[in-house]
Amino acid sequence: MSEKVLMKGNEALAEAAIMAGCRHYFGYPITPQTEIAAYMSKRLPQVGGTFLQAESEISAINMVIGVSAAGKRVMTSSSSPGVSLKSEGLSYLAGCDLPALVVNVQRGGPGLGGIQPSQSDYFQATRSGGHGDFRKIVLAPASVQEMVSLTFKGFDLADKYRMTVMILTDGILGQMMEPVSLDMGEVRQYDKPWAVTGTQCKRPHNVVNSLFLQPDKLEQMNFERFARYAAIEEDEVMSEEYLTEDAEVCVVAYGAAARISKNAIVAARAEGIKVGMIRPVTLWPFPKRLLRSMAEKVKAFVTVELSMGQMIEDVELATRCMRPVLLCNRTGGMVMTPDEIFRKIIQANEIGGAE
Amino acid sequence: MTVFEKPKSLTDAVMHYCPGCTHGIVHRLVAEAIDELGIEGRTIGIAPVGCSVMNYDYFTVDMVQAAHGRAPAVATGVKRANPGNIVFTYQGDGDLAAIGTAETVHAAARGENITIIFINNAIYGMTGGQMAPTTLPEQVTQTSPYGRKVEQAGYPIRISEMLATLDGPAYIERVSVDSVKNVRNAKKAILKAFRTQIEGKGFSLVEVLSACPTNWGLTPGKALEWLRDNMIPYYPLGVFKDKEAAK
Repeated sequence: MSEKVLMKGNEALAEAAIMAGCRHYFGYPITPQTEIAAYMSKRLPQVGGTFLQAESEISAINMVIGVSAAGKRVMTSSSSPGVSLKSEGLSYLAGCDLPALVVNVQRGGPGLGGIQPSQSDYFQATRSGGHGDFRKIVLAPASVQEMVSLTFKGFDLADKYRMTVMILTDGILGQMMEPVSLDMGEVRQYDKPWAVTGTQCKRPHNVVNSLFLQPDKLEQMNFERFARYAAIEEDEVMSEEYLTEDAEVCVVAYGAAARISKNAIVAARAEGIKVGMIRPVTLWPFPKRLLRSMAEKVKAFVTVELSMGQMIEDVELATRCMRPVLLCNRTGGMVMTPDEIFRKIIQANEIGGAE
Repeated sequence: MTVFEKPKSLTDAVMHYCPGCTHGIVHRLVAEAIDELGIEGRTIGIAPVGCSVMNYDYFTVDMVQAAHGRAPAVATGVKRANPGNIVFTYQGDGDLAAIGTAETVHAAARGENITIIFINNAIYGMTGGQMAPTTLPEQVTQTSPYGRKVEQAGYPIRISEMLATLDGPAYIERVSVDSVKNVRNAKKAILKAFRTQIEGKGFSLVEVLSACPTNWGLTPGKALEWLRDNMIPYYPLGVFKDKEAAK
């Protein structure tokens, strides 16, 4: 294992992208993800890559489409309002079955909102975030190390399934410094016979396209895409379980909220409350099966979110509302204290117990 | 001896364009230029949204279909990924001069080494004849039924002149396909635009004044006359930027 280095989350993510073989980055300045662009503008020319500051988020995502269509690994990053602008491109990436890595370092919204950390783009991220029937794989790191490992993994999944992978993170993880190992092993290469690289007059032309005017053909394309999504739901779910073995209360939290939750869980355990946590690492595909089986064992769930409560709907769906699901949340860039979560855990323990 | 044949860079697909539409002529000119320059195997085309959206079926080169107005950004990505490829976009006036203005201006400002074939027929064709950014003052369209009133709808944009004010572009010319002589000139301009890219000189754009008989409500012959009498005076033909000649 290689030595660990101390890095900021955003910069570690950018370096991981380069290690994963990404040589093209397009972006537009927006807080709190600007370190990614700044890092790329310095590093990519050193490794023979291309950094280009686009005239808009819309142009940046379309430049991503161009590089991806040409068969190369490519990424863009932004923060909430910028990701809204990219939603057109996200839909075209899906319609064209193109791989791409898109990073959203979330800030509070709606509208221009604020620049403090938030998790309020969960709906946008996990419900396609663009027109038409499609999905994105959504990865939620909870440490600087995971900013690295999930970026590396994200490029692989994007190529494997020919689709967009979104890293959904926030200003806390983006700005935080932690020691990380950058040793991620081999980069797997994928054949891309569909890429537009020039026919060399040796093969029929490749067409990267999302237009299908015949409804039966378009329906078929969507069926095939969703068959691929079904395979992803089967094979690619990732989550962390923390002290769930004997848990009677289950916290569900991802990203920064999961880190804060761990402190509260330790404190509650010290009071004798049997509480554990499921931390979804993939927000789509969501760890539905694990939550469903947890619902058989626990009295109640607590979702901890930096939003008005978005993931809570997925928890209720996954558990078919078998148990009460409480919400512990702050929003707008405010962050809950471990104590606020602790009190919600106590409440869940009592409500569950009263049943 | 064969004296006239289909360019190699055009497929056998039957084009869907209306009778008298000049897209077919311009497609042919682009394909002839690709053939003559021997770049078929390394050319990538970017299709727009509009009547020519399905031109990916007509060119034998690799193609990407872009979102409305985004072709120059997609072309930028394709070119930056593989700079050895020759990359062109083919865009209409709504696509290039309205919804894609930012992408157009900034690709030009960057001197992006791509070629844009810009079809200006002063109307939105595919959606049924609405007012375009290049619709002439007083021109009647579906969304300017009393004629384009500049007090209310503003003025047409002369894209070639506007982009020529930038330092980025290497070559910009406006041509027309209303007559045999002008078609020949258009071919020369398209060849030169591609050559500009091949030689790595930077951004090239050829604006082609084109006819839309269906949405203009004219016969093909009358449409060409209308183009000559109304569009050419407003959109004068000529070279607006030629970095090479300026040296």
